[in-house]
Amino acid sequence: MLSAIALLLTSQLVGELIARGLDWPVPGPVLGLALMLCILTLRPSILGTVRPTSSVILANLSLLFVPAGVGVLANFDILLRYWAAIAGVLVLSTMLSMMASVGTFLLVRNLMGRRPE
Amino acid sequence: MTDVATLWSYLAATPLTWLTLTVVCYLCAAKLSEVLGHTPLANPVLWSVIGVAALLTLTGEDYPTYFEGAQFIHFLLGPATVSLAVPLYDNFESIRRLAAPLTVALLAGSVVAIGSTILLAQAFGLSDTLILSLSPKSTTAPVAIGVSEAAGGSPSITAVLVIVTGVIGAIIVTPMMNVLGVRDWRARGFAVGVAAHGIGTARAFQVHPTAGAYAGVGMALNALMTAFLVPLLVALLL
Repeated sequence: MLSAIALLLTSQLVGELIARGLDWPVPGPVLGLALMLCILTLRPSILGTVRPTSSVILANLSLLFVPAGVGVLANFDILLRYWAAIAGVLVLSTMLSMMASVGTFLLVRNLMGRRPE
Repeated sequence: MTDVATLWSYLAATPLTWLTLTVVCYLCAAKLSEVLGHTPLANPVLWSVIGVAALLTLTGEDYPTYFEGAQFIHFLLGPATVSLAVPLYDNFESIRRLAAPLTVALLAGSVVAIGSTILLAQAFGLSDTLILSLSPKSTTAPVAIGVSEAAGGSPSITAVLVIVTGVIGAIIVTPMMNVLGVRDWRARGFAVGVAAHGIGTARAFQVHPTAGAYAGVGMALNALMTAFLVPLLVALLL
């Protein structure tokens, strides 16, 4: 487990260093993800080390959003004042985005000819 | 024996209390969701946030005090983002075969998520700061916060809006896809991952493992895409 944590943290740290060092607009953890993907591709044996820890983290992903979500308290006034407009934007935009993804995915998949699952 | 008020002042100040309460609240919400058969409205993130926020309001504690304890959980968002490399790697072969539809779906989903947010928020008369804070709302929290900050939005408002978006996506994805008659789990999962990041992905894993894997892929790819598209679309539309 410790080696998995070390690998995850090192990837994130290198990602942060690249993002800050090169002044890229991409957040560090995302570059860390790309880096980890490269490591796994080059050394598939690392998968066995990382997987037990990464699956525990991903299986409890929802929990990790709670502290940020409670931030609703710190911004209660502004969110309350504009709640209807904000809710409208979020619901409509989320639906439109999902329709755009699903529609284009199925369209291109069908253009390419159906492939087995 | 120490009196209750003294004990409470210790409890309220130690990070341990709020860390513990966050985990316990989440476990209760997850249990509730399980008992109710994972019905979308029993979303664990939604109800644990409501539970913790209610506790804080009742006890009169402020968010910074709470966050001192909860930051240990919040910190894990970074390693969690890196962890997404594992499901991505697992599905690499199938993603490579579907590279064309996935690339197009990613571009469409991400452009529509950001573009429609900016245009709708403008139409509804929201301020520029709020629009900028809203624009990265479909991507995962650590990315959205960074993007919002770089664009001139408010990171703490973005954090909340990201969570709300995730909960909305997780609630509407199953009924919406059923109404639209979409039966391809890859398409359903990918769409909710792009539009509603980790909370949508967590929901997709509850519904179907393939949907979950593709949601993870959509979320990871959209994290990269959003970081590049938000500055571009803000310059174009705002």
